[in-house]
Amino acid sequence: MTSAASPQGLPMPRIRPGRIVAWTLLFIGGVIMVTPLLFMLSTSLKDASQVYDLRVIPEAPTLDNYIEILGDGRFTRWFFNSMIVAVIVTLSNVFFDSLVGYTLAKFRFRGRYIVFIAILSTLMIPTEMLVLPWYLMASQFGWLDSYWGIMFPGMMTAFGTFLMKQFFEGVPNDFLEAARIDGLNEFTIWWKIAMPLVTPALSALAIFTFLGNWTAFFWPLIVTTSADLYTLPVGLSSFAVEQSIQWEKIMTGASIATLPTLIIFLFLQRYIVRGVMLAGLKG
Amino acid sequence: MSVVADREAAPGGLWSRMSLGQKHVIWAWGFLAVPLIFYAVIRFWPTFQAFYLSATDWSITRPASFVGLENYRRLVADPLFWQVFRNTFMYLILGTPISLLISFVVAYYLDRVRFMHSFIRALYFLPFLTTAAAMAWVWRWFYQPVPIGVINDILSSFGIPQQPFLRSTSQALPAVLAPAVWAGLGFQIIIFLAGLRAIPVTYYEAARIDGLSEGAILRRITLPLLKPTLVFLVVFSSIGFLRIFDQVYNINTNDPGGPLNSTKPLVLMIYQTAFSSYEMGYAAAQTVVLFLILLVISLVQLRLMRDR
Repeated sequence: MTSAASPQGLPMPRIRPGRIVAWTLLFIGGVIMVTPLLFMLSTSLKDASQVYDLRVIPEAPTLDNYIEILGDGRFTRWFFNSMIVAVIVTLSNVFFDSLVGYTLAKFRFRGRYIVFIAILSTLMIPTEMLVLPWYLMASQFGWLDSYWGIMFPGMMTAFGTFLMKQFFEGVPNDFLEAARIDGLNEFTIWWKIAMPLVTPALSALAIFTFLGNWTAFFWPLIVTTSADLYTLPVGLSSFAVEQSIQWEKIMTGASIATLPTLIIFLFLQRYIVRGVMLAGLKG
Repeated sequence: MSVVADREAAPGGLWSRMSLGQKHVIWAWGFLAVPLIFYAVIRFWPTFQAFYLSATDWSITRPASFVGLENYRRLVADPLFWQVFRNTFMYLILGTPISLLISFVVAYYLDRVRFMHSFIRALYFLPFLTTAAAMAWVWRWFYQPVPIGVINDILSSFGIPQQPFLRSTSQALPAVLAPAVWAGLGFQIIIFLAGLRAIPVTYYEAARIDGLSEGAILRRITLPLLKPTLVFLVVFSSIGFLRIFDQVYNINTNDPGGPLNSTKPLVLMIYQTAFSSYEMGYAAAQTVVLFLILLVISLVQLRLMRDR
């Protein structure tokens, strides 16, 4: 935006002292932002005797905490539970939200507007209000303490539907008509023709749904009672209570809960940032 | 797939006698069938049920019987509710302006930075990807007294007296809010950056040719054009702060919402009423109050968006 090459000869030199100060302050702020994460990781690599030594680089780094905690079996179980729940809910959202979004964007039929408004109106209802009826429903149908019990409220979302509808509206009708003339059925047209055209939106939806379910705490805390079915955040919370002041153990657990999303980010930074922008601006 | 085969195999069938438009409608409702059942059963029915339950004395030990507005009367007379109401708004009133101010300043300058731009952006964004329940434990550790707590250690090395943080009724709420603000900044910065980038460069060039100062450009061009982004972020983060739970619950598990309920937000009160006291009907009334608060915020947003 403020590129140095200004043809009109505007006073915009490449480097100004103000720029350097701004950059330095931004950098320091950024380092402060990741400090809690650095402390968490470094403490997870210390043994109990080193915890009070607050140096960020551990004197004698050790993986003993990880070996102990992962060897215990509970964390691997919770990790697995969280992964199953987050992946299935994400796939369900990618499939159904885009199917409904596509139908509302590209089909003309009586009732379309009512369906759209009805789904959109669910955005006004906070999930906290639905939690008690969901709990009642889950206990009546025997869904408490099951994967389905954790997953069912989030299998489709109005947010995702709305996001996908916005993007499918940008898909040219000519493409779909051409496919119809070729004799493809409507499902194949959606899946094979329209879906590949909205992959940025799909990845945004997938990232948000996965992150939201991976970090979800409130509903899994309510619906799960046996430790075998805890998701990682709920399991970590119960584990931390039981460790009381063994901070190196708690930090190891917190690292196990946090590292997967951070590692995914390192690989997919571009897509994730773009996805957040897309979802934020269109959603 | 099979439909195509049917059409060719049975030219006299019902499907083949339909017009293209009729087939179109059938496909549409076919696509919507499962989702509509889902929304009806998992979203609409529970919504009505929540309103109904809020007018009952349902608890784990007895079935629901209708008590009218009794729960709401009890809520209004409950001093804990007003304490919680105050706390919830404190999260909102402190959290939203502070986080938006910080994230705007960062985004405004980060937008001009080219050197290591995406690296610095990543530093600010990383906390957004963390699990709030896990981070609450990290911050809880930070707030501990010397020699464990990082913050008190730093303070004491500067000769500043120890702070009680989570143990103090006046400091606990800001201390609980800090990790929530911290984790949300990255998202807000990214959205601000997108908003800033959407402003046409020509506006800035014209303003510079007219000799406007940087401050005037910010006030007259950047901020007005950023209004939709700003409104979105105000509402999004307000709703987030009003629904705060994970951090509060985990940062003080011995006495969630303590000390002396000074950090207890509405969602935590709902959770405890429903799943510690098992007064489901009373908890349902509290969820309806939460709904009404969020509804007002959303309506204000709609109003602001229309005015732009």
